[in-house]
Amino acid sequence: MMTDQFKIVIVGSGPGGMSAAARAAELGLSHLLLEAAPHLASTIHHFQKGKTVMAEPAVLPLRSAISFGPGSREAILDTWRDELAEYSVNLRLNAAVAAIAGHAGDFQITLLTGECIRAEFVVLAIGIQGNIRKLAVPGEDLPGVQYQLDDPDEFNNETIVVVGGGDAGVENALALSRQNRVILVNRQDEFSNCKEANYEQLMTAVSRGKIEIRVNTLTERVEAYSGGTFKLSYMAQTPEGHEQIDCHRVIARLGAKPPRQLVESFGVHFPNSDSGAVPQLSEQYESNVPGLYIVGALAGYPLIKQAMNQGYEVIEYIQGNPVEPADELLLRMKFACVPDIHSVTEGIALLRANQPLLAPLTTLQLREFMLESTVQVPKRGELIFNRNDYSNSFFSILEGRIAIQTEAPDGEAAVFSLGKGEFFGEMGLLSGRRRSGSATASEDCILVETSRRSMLKLLYSASGVQRKLDEVSLKRVVRSCLDTMLPESELEYLVHDAQSRRYAVGDELFHEGDQADGLYMIRRGSVTVSRQVAGKEIVLAYISAGNYVGEMALVSNMPRSATVRAASPTEVIMLEALRVTEVLSRNTSMRRKVDSRFLEHVRSDEYSLSSESSGLINFLMEEGVGEATDVLLIDYARCIRCNNCETACADVHDGTSRLDREAGATYAQIHVPTSCRHCEHPHCMKDCPPDAIHRSVNGEVFISDNCIGCGNCQDNCPYGVIQMAVKQDYQKRTIWQIILGTQPAKATQVTSGELLKKAVKCDMCKDILGGPVCVRACPTGAALRVSPEAFLGYVK
Amino acid sequence: MNNMQGSSLLKYKNYRYLKVSAGMMVLSIVVYLFNEPVGGHPFGGTWLGYTLGVVSTLILLGLMWYGVAKRSITGTPDWSMIAEHEGMAGSHQRPAHGKSSVNKGLRGSGMLQEWLSGHIYLGISLLVLATLHTGFHLGWNVHTLAYVLMMLVIFSGFYGLNAYLNYPRLITLNMGEDTLDDLLLKIAELDELATARALDLSDEVNVLVMESCQETRVGGNLLQQLSGTQRDCPTRFAVQHLMTLGGHYIRDDQRKMLRDLYSLLLRKEKLVLRARTEIMLKARLECWLYLHAPLGIALFSALAAHIISIFFYW
Repeated sequence: MMTDQFKIVIVGSGPGGMSAAARAAELGLSHLLLEAAPHLASTIHHFQKGKTVMAEPAVLPLRSAISFGPGSREAILDTWRDELAEYSVNLRLNAAVAAIAGHAGDFQITLLTGECIRAEFVVLAIGIQGNIRKLAVPGEDLPGVQYQLDDPDEFNNETIVVVGGGDAGVENALALSRQNRVILVNRQDEFSNCKEANYEQLMTAVSRGKIEIRVNTLTERVEAYSGGTFKLSYMAQTPEGHEQIDCHRVIARLGAKPPRQLVESFGVHFPNSDSGAVPQLSEQYESNVPGLYIVGALAGYPLIKQAMNQGYEVIEYIQGNPVEPADELLLRMKFACVPDIHSVTEGIALLRANQPLLAPLTTLQLREFMLESTVQVPKRGELIFNRNDYSNSFFSILEGRIAIQTEAPDGEAAVFSLGKGEFFGEMGLLSGRRRSGSATASEDCILVETSRRSMLKLLYSASGVQRKLDEVSLKRVVRSCLDTMLPESELEYLVHDAQSRRYAVGDELFHEGDQADGLYMIRRGSVTVSRQVAGKEIVLAYISAGNYVGEMALVSNMPRSATVRAASPTEVIMLEALRVTEVLSRNTSMRRKVDSRFLEHVRSDEYSLSSESSGLINFLMEEGVGEATDVLLIDYARCIRCNNCETACADVHDGTSRLDREAGATYAQIHVPTSCRHCEHPHCMKDCPPDAIHRSVNGEVFISDNCIGCGNCQDNCPYGVIQMAVKQDYQKRTIWQIILGTQPAKATQVTSGELLKKAVKCDMCKDILGGPVCVRACPTGAALRVSPEAFLGYVK
Repeated sequence: MNNMQGSSLLKYKNYRYLKVSAGMMVLSIVVYLFNEPVGGHPFGGTWLGYTLGVVSTLILLGLMWYGVAKRSITGTPDWSMIAEHEGMAGSHQRPAHGKSSVNKGLRGSGMLQEWLSGHIYLGISLLVLATLHTGFHLGWNVHTLAYVLMMLVIFSGFYGLNAYLNYPRLITLNMGEDTLDDLLLKIAELDELATARALDLSDEVNVLVMESCQETRVGGNLLQQLSGTQRDCPTRFAVQHLMTLGGHYIRDDQRKMLRDLYSLLLRKEKLVLRARTEIMLKARLECWLYLHAPLGIALFSALAAHIISIFFYW
């Protein structure tokens, strides 16, 4: 079989790949752009119809042979298609890559069809969406067989076979069943992969004969049906034998294959098994396989503009042109405030030399790190952050000294001094809670402040950093939880073989009646303490990060008196029992503190046992209040259902209410409405491409204006409190309009082409004097905003 | 829970407005008794009468402003917040989120709650103040009209207060986590199932079920809403008569179907009852406002006429 030979083969026709191919074409290099899908830029192609695509970050200049600016999905895709044609880019659609072998100068790229292509260099720009799984049977590509459902209302009076028992399949089947005959095929015995709510709806639909299901059924083939009204014949193997279903359409929702496995099969290393990990790359985007370059989302750069810049740069690098990266100017501006630093290279070198924590990073990673960091040069005596602030950034000290003033829960103050090469702020970062101390510059300093997001990204992708951070932070956690005045030598002894342990929600740290194995410092998350009373589990208390549990058994030298369970994803440091008792016997001040804590717990447990709070704590934990920092509760015994909370919320937030009073669970007159809880580790922040979700100093999690409307946060929020809303031209009523009962004149509606949906959620009215209006607008005092640690903690 | 109970409407800020209102009432009664002129009661025309009239009018205007405050959360200044803010200007931008309020576990003082608490107690004080202002001179004139309207407004307010204090709890007890739409949806589902099941049974059964599906009413006019029942409710009728139908001649499989149908109708009856109770409680919670607010406006007009007319006595 003849094989083609190219200088550069680019895999993936997203923004990165396309930009690389266009640059290669512009330079007249022999190249080939491969795309698995039958169209360009699959991820963007599958955006919702008419969606506005944004060009963040606005400050980053675009450097690419093809153009890009904010606009509708259709306009952008059209432009790209035209421009690729203009450059005569050598593009092959429907060409999925199965394997890449060989080395720089001679790569063999094997397509799924078995065809082999040779290339000197390979640029991998396949993104992170993965390839949509197909049926993998004869007929999988027949017209009428589809792997996507954009608008279920498009079809009616059809017979449709939906394949796939996951959420996507079940949701599609439910939506289609309104006006079609639907047969849902699941290869498994049960629908265990779909959400409870979907499963229930499915079962209702099945019991009412709206949907037929086939379980334990494998697709054999799909054939075009000749004659009759049906277009397709779907053949499957059921437990009862072969079955033929004549239908109009087959919709298969089999999920996507994450690209990591494929990429690893090319020989590319990932630093760890974390799902957020990105492969390690050189400054020139070259992977550990020489000649194999990686750009775009797969390399950890999720934004379109970044990917396009990298596509351009990677071709230059392959050509041996040392182009200045597009972010050079931005980085230079960051270092501008440091007097002795004149170039980015010098700045990066200083960072590498003076912060051992960052030593394992490549220059590319350091540049990326700096792009999302700021350099600060506080003068002596300047405040960096305050105790109880809600900031969660991370600080590295490049020059100077910093004084940290902490205050233990019992009010005892202590001061620590940190110098060059050390770091601070990691406790807030890891716990997601308020700062446990204040930081002040005790000399003129050079600091690098890094955002939570890029720090977490770093921890996921560079395991060396995580290890180094852990070593230092372990002692700090023990100190802050137990006794700030504990001598260094005792601390060393305590943490000698301390273990860091992680628990999922509901996991037990220890069980009532167990022998005491040690003292548990809660570093992140929260736990509930419960006891068996008359065969029933009674929840006694909720304890949050920054505290410890397990001292009762240690102090009293008895088995565990209660069971402790994680209420949210929790990380603890376990100090060994023997070491703790030894240190306690030597340190009277610590002994006194632990003893008083013990007495407090005994008293509070007795109180909780005699009150009826247990069921309520349980209920609130089930509602996810355990991971909240501030939650809106409504006392339904007092709520007159006037919805003034919603009205007021809409009134101060451009006409869209960010809370749904009626939705949500209720227990014993306590109602948890659908409203943001400002989680310790906000799920919404997890995957925000423009990094638009932040936590303010006072703790409010809010979405800033650079939201690109992708909807990831809406999908990621387990509490359904984020909505996508069109920004309206909302006019408040004036006092006279209220008195006279008239409405303001309707503002002119924006034309549909410019409708821009952005994510909106509760920001706790952070910019409004007086605090959350939902609470202030409640005439009967039924609406309350509470922080669970104060609300559910040990009764003082 | 240690902190769940914020303060209720009546206890707000340790009965601040009860104290203010009680103080005013006692003071005005005492002054009135000491000022009784020879040969008759004091009335609007004396200095005391004018004072009481002016104070009552000011209070009334304040009470009416509640309607505006409720609709304009940010437009109406929250005086306590502003004072606090100015006192702390520079150090903290947002006193509401400082340490102290965090430690209490509760945030954001209820601004509107303060308005409502004041509204209730000061409204009650008008009962005494306005009555003394009349000097018990009542007649068929605009002055007495204003007084009567005021009393009507206040007594409708008493009903409202009672409703606000009692019905919310009953609403939750009745509905739990369901909304009215949930119930109606479930009822519609049961109707569908019952209709399908009845097809295999006798015509009499079908008629019963059909009437239950088509004639059962939830809600209706104001009186029906307030009563929370439907006269001759066809669903109840169906439940009562279903099992007596068919008699001995039905087959065993039909008997089973009949029993299934019976349980469906029982479930429906329960849901219908809950939906009606919900509507009833909501109606009872809100109905008084349709008197309280318009009467308040009428009072305002009568009061204006009263004030203008007294200038002619001069």
